[in-house]
Amino acid sequence: MNESLFVDLLAAGLLYGTPLVLAGLGELLAERSGVMNLGVEAMMLMGAVTAFWFVQSFEGPGWLALLLAVLVAALVGTAMATVYAFAVVTLRANQVVSGLALLILGGAAGLSSYLAAIGNLSGPAARFKLPSYDVLGLADVPIVGPLIFGQNALVYVSWLLVALTAFYLYRTQTGLHLQAVGEDPRSADAMGINVSRYRYGHTMVGGALAGVAGSYYTLELQPAWIDGITAGAGWIAIALVITAFWRPGLLLVGAYLFGIVTSLGFTLQARGVDLPPEIFSSLPYVLTILAVVLVSSGWSRLRLNAPAALGEPYSREEA
Amino acid sequence: MRWLPEIHFERRLKPPRWLGPATPPIAVVVALAIGALVLWASGRDAVDIYQRMVRAAFTNPGAFSNTLIAATPLLLTGLAAAITFRMKVWNIGADGQLMIGAVLAAAAGTYFGGQSLAAVMTLMILAGIVGGCLWAAIAALLRVYLNTNEVLTTLMLNYIAPLILFYLIFDSTSYWRDLSSQSARVFPQAKTLAEESFWPEYGTTVVVPFGFILGAVLALALFFVVRSTRFGFRMRVSADSPAAGRYAGIRTGRLLIVVMLLSGALAGIAGASQIGDVSHRLEPKNLQLAVFGYTGIAVAALVRYHPVAIVMSAILVGALNNAGFNLQGPDLPLGLIGVNQGIILLLVAASEVTARYRLVLSRRTSRGDRAPPQGESAEASATGGATEQSDGGAT
Repeated sequence: MNESLFVDLLAAGLLYGTPLVLAGLGELLAERSGVMNLGVEAMMLMGAVTAFWFVQSFEGPGWLALLLAVLVAALVGTAMATVYAFAVVTLRANQVVSGLALLILGGAAGLSSYLAAIGNLSGPAARFKLPSYDVLGLADVPIVGPLIFGQNALVYVSWLLVALTAFYLYRTQTGLHLQAVGEDPRSADAMGINVSRYRYGHTMVGGALAGVAGSYYTLELQPAWIDGITAGAGWIAIALVITAFWRPGLLLVGAYLFGIVTSLGFTLQARGVDLPPEIFSSLPYVLTILAVVLVSSGWSRLRLNAPAALGEPYSREEA
Repeated sequence: MRWLPEIHFERRLKPPRWLGPATPPIAVVVALAIGALVLWASGRDAVDIYQRMVRAAFTNPGAFSNTLIAATPLLLTGLAAAITFRMKVWNIGADGQLMIGAVLAAAAGTYFGGQSLAAVMTLMILAGIVGGCLWAAIAALLRVYLNTNEVLTTLMLNYIAPLILFYLIFDSTSYWRDLSSQSARVFPQAKTLAEESFWPEYGTTVVVPFGFILGAVLALALFFVVRSTRFGFRMRVSADSPAAGRYAGIRTGRLLIVVMLLSGALAGIAGASQIGDVSHRLEPKNLQLAVFGYTGIAVAALVRYHPVAIVMSAILVGALNNAGFNLQGPDLPLGLIGVNQGIILLLVAASEVTARYRLVLSRRTSRGDRAPPQGESAEASATGGATEQSDGGAT
């Protein structure tokens, strides 16, 4: 393979994979606690629209606007996740139906579109875009330079979060408790772990990360607003968690693979490959189906490392 | 969250009789109230907007006919959702199935344009069924034979289907594309049905589209199939107790495929009806933006997947869509309708709990207590006393 094509693909994979890393990590934490958060797509869209609104209307220096915009997106994601957690943890509502409700409520034809219309967000490009750094002055080193030392802030945040999550899951007591809650809530409860507090907490952190992932779209990837800007990335993130066997490290690799596939159209068209754009656009979705099929058919015996109590509401009174 | 009163659940064997019928109206009213808050918070006059919505959906001349047109696809996708969700199979893919159904129905409608109306309609409906079934079969077969989660596959297929439509109309010279005139070659659009092939509508003051009548008949049929056939019985058994179903020798895999295909067929008919009743040609953008499939899930959930009640629920949600579409503008962004529908669905999902449990609020008994005291709720259900615990907690 042509070397510069290889680098271009990797760079684009990083660029497009980062929101999947962020949202996927959030989903991973929620699922480890036993909650299948199907509201990710809606949380991302709400994060995207509020971050964009904030950047467009904030009076002040760009770096502060961006920082606060990302925080606002995280807050909005957390708020939506709290609603979801209340429905599925406290009220034990059906997780699929509740997730879809959030999708309709916040999604491309819901609140995110309403806010964009109210705030007149369609049209103009973002006033500020996430800055890219030149870490240690190494961004010009061939191949690894732009990939590792020349990324934007959220990419570095996502790497840090992957490392932190791995450490948290496997090396801290709370992380081990979290795994216990997801595997066997009854035993965890008997150990004195507050099951619903763990589930609330991790679903909310997951929502915050989904919100941040959404803000990445409007502050970096496509710095403008169109309804439904995330185009199903939230669902791909959910699929990614399954195909990464609920492990943060694999999630990172998988997300970049999906990033490469998502960006394949842009990269190849820039090189004169002439295929209908719909073929490229459909690749991430086709790949998602293939990946989930492969993983769930091939590894079913190993139970995929899935948290055993995933998707099951826990109640003390019922066996 | 120590400051919150704690919610306890007490099992009840039988929900009170009023609860089932009362849930949908309560959900709708609360959702509209929250919608009003959203409007008010963004500086709109909610009362005025709701009055205009009622006029646009029901009382203006011709308004109710438009509501029925808007309700037609929702009725069919609602049935599609109901049959699978009732079985705890999550076919979220009605959107994609509708689109592929519409593709094949549009082809049938233009190809057989010279035939009699009855023949064209039959062929269009059959084509819609085939399209919907094909798209649903992918997810169904993957689920049964390769153990793949159908939520993810049907969702991803929802994103793929519109791309196929875009390709057929905007990026190729396919059979579907109108190439008859110079302007149609520059601004791509689909072939239009011959006027003799438009589906009929009935009535004068209130016009009922054929698709709506078809949907209502199918709703009745589905009700009787689920209630009084062997197939319906198997469906209900494996829905409520999969283990019991398997012991009784029900082949759950095959049943699941049949149910998914039925669901896909209903969504496909919705697609055919969109072509025959409404747009008379394939309109990729409109079909993509309409999200009939997701809305159909809200329609079905609102009445707890009861096929006949879905007719009413589809009219109600159709009214909301119709009003939103008519009043769409800077004053009332279309997103509000999604907000209302999402809240309705969320409330309905959350209200499931009230059918199985009595909810009791109580303050925590001791400071910093980590877990809800187990004795409390056990005691409550043992004594049967419940409401007096709502203030002050046990002991």
